[in-house]
Amino acid sequence: MLEVKDLVVAYGRVQAVKGISFSVEEGQIVSLLGTNGAGKTTTLRTISGLIKPVSGEVWLDGERLDGTPAHAIVTRGIAHSPEGRKLFPRMSVEDNLLLGAFTRRDHAGIKQDLDRVYALFPVLGERRQQPSGLFSGGEQQMLAMGRAMMSRPRLLMLDEPSMGLSPIMTQTIMRTIAELRASGTTVLLVEQNAQAALTLSDKGYVLEVGRIMFTDTGEALLRDDRVRRTYLGLDL
Amino acid sequence: MDLFAQQLVNGLSLGALYALIAVGYTVVYGIVQLINFAHGEVFMVGAFGAYTTWILMGSPSHLSPGFAFGVVMPAMLLGGVVAAVGTALLMERFAYRPLRGAPRLAPLISAIGLSIALQEAVRLFYGRIPGFPDSRRAIPFPVIDGFTGRSWQVAGVTIQYSTAFTLIALLVCTTLLWWFVNRTRMGRAMQATSQDPDTSRLMGINVDRAIATAFAVGAALAAVAGMAHGLRYNNIDFQMGFMAGMKAFTAAVLGGIGNVNGAVVGGLVLGVVEAMATTYIPGQFGSSAWKDVWAFALLILVLVFRPQGLLGAKAVDRA
Ligand SMILES: Nc1ncnc2c1ncn2[C@@H]1O[C@H](COP(=O)(O)OP(=O)(O)OP(=O)(O)O)[C@@H](O)[C@H]1O
Ligand SMILES: [Mg+2]
Repeated sequence: MLEVKDLVVAYGRVQAVKGISFSVEEGQIVSLLGTNGAGKTTTLRTISGLIKPVSGEVWLDGERLDGTPAHAIVTRGIAHSPEGRKLFPRMSVEDNLLLGAFTRRDHAGIKQDLDRVYALFPVLGERRQQPSGLFSGGEQQMLAMGRAMMSRPRLLMLDEPSMGLSPIMTQTIMRTIAELRASGTTVLLVEQNAQAALTLSDKGYVLEVGRIMFTDTGEALLRDDRVRRTYLGLDL
Repeated sequence: MDLFAQQLVNGLSLGALYALIAVGYTVVYGIVQLINFAHGEVFMVGAFGAYTTWILMGSPSHLSPGFAFGVVMPAMLLGGVVAAVGTALLMERFAYRPLRGAPRLAPLISAIGLSIALQEAVRLFYGRIPGFPDSRRAIPFPVIDGFTGRSWQVAGVTIQYSTAFTLIALLVCTTLLWWFVNRTRMGRAMQATSQDPDTSRLMGINVDRAIATAFAVGAALAAVAGMAHGLRYNNIDFQMGFMAGMKAFTAAVLGGIGNVNGAVVGGLVLGVVEAMATTYIPGQFGSSAWKDVWAFALLILVLVFRPQGLLGAKAVDRA
């Protein structure tokens, strides 16, 4: 479904992503793992069109994606829940969700998806008129995910959805990701929490300073010594 | 008491003019954190657009009230809006958009250049074209029969038709703006962009278009102000945007830059302060030559004691 080929991205003269290639198949959950500064966020921002790559290509369902402006990429079926959630703090829960559906005009469908988000995260339904700036980290993350779902994406990109969350909240989020996949959404997941991410993932890529070091299935990576040492904090 | 009431009316009508211009500063600032110092020239272009429309209509005079109010004035207003909005859109596209992300000083210098360029363009254009008066001197604004020079007497207070026009225009424009920002898709896009442009793009919002719309909206209101100015002072000139722009900017800061309600309140307060200063401050300090001093003194006081402005700086979304 998504194919990234030899992608190079730089901030000024500094290359943050140094020629990576990877792919995401329809219906999969694929994780990008890596230490701080590895280039995970940069990769997602490039796919969604916020940054222009220096070279390389991004393909979605056989169509070239790079060079398309960010706002048009949303209509191609990609939603991106950014690092740090980036809610619209002065807007209510419902207005945030409606912005997620900005590209859609099917009012009945939007209403239906609002209800779906409220069913998934009842807290949001209870506080739909409150400004999102007052929310706890967990509630903000639910809203960020709900907002990304509102465009009915075929590919959902999540940047560190578990950041700063309690273990229980992290579980809730991970369970939701699994449910989304079950309902047909493909997921590209960036996580620091390798254990949680790999347990869900069909495939994982491990990045280090802008390069893909290795890749394997989620299960295999969970057993991999290099992953266990660096990302799972296990002493071997 | 009559004098006070009269000055209050004068002040409010002057203030409404400032407010109409001030909204443009504040809406643009709210969305891109840019002070468009060429906005005063957009107001000037609006006035000239209205005037030019009148010339293109064949300089109609001795009008029946129905024709004047039903055709000539709406056409002039529309012509002014088209000229101002067109200017603002070109300005945004070619002078500001390429500088987005550049150091703050760059768009500021661009704005100063634009102001001079627009003033000179208008001055030279109207000086050269046969049939158009030379704009090096003030150009008399069209006399609208049944409007120009007319007034009502209400309890000893004189209310010019032009005063009513300005106040009603402010009311209508701010109501429409509120509706636009809060009730339309593009309005929501503008609100989102003012809060977080990158994330807005991830929502599928065309941020460039939202920003251009903010410039256009501000320009439309400035053009209405340009028309009001012509009707009020009966003449226009290529430099009229400078002082009006400075005053309106003061009004926007006074009310809290970025806050639309603030721009309206700031404009009205500034207008009333000016009107009262010329009436109640004794001696030469109360002369109309000093009113600009009092207006900017007020700005400095606010900046020192309440830098966020009277209503506090908020984004366009609290329109
Ligand atoms: N806006 C920017 N300007 C300059 N350099 C940047 C910018 N954003 C990121 N970088 C640099 O690019 C590199 C990759 O950053 P990126 O944010 O993509 O990493 P990441 O894998 O998401 O890290 P983290 O786990 O900390 O979120 C880092 O060295 C970072 O310092
Ligand atoms: Mg990151």
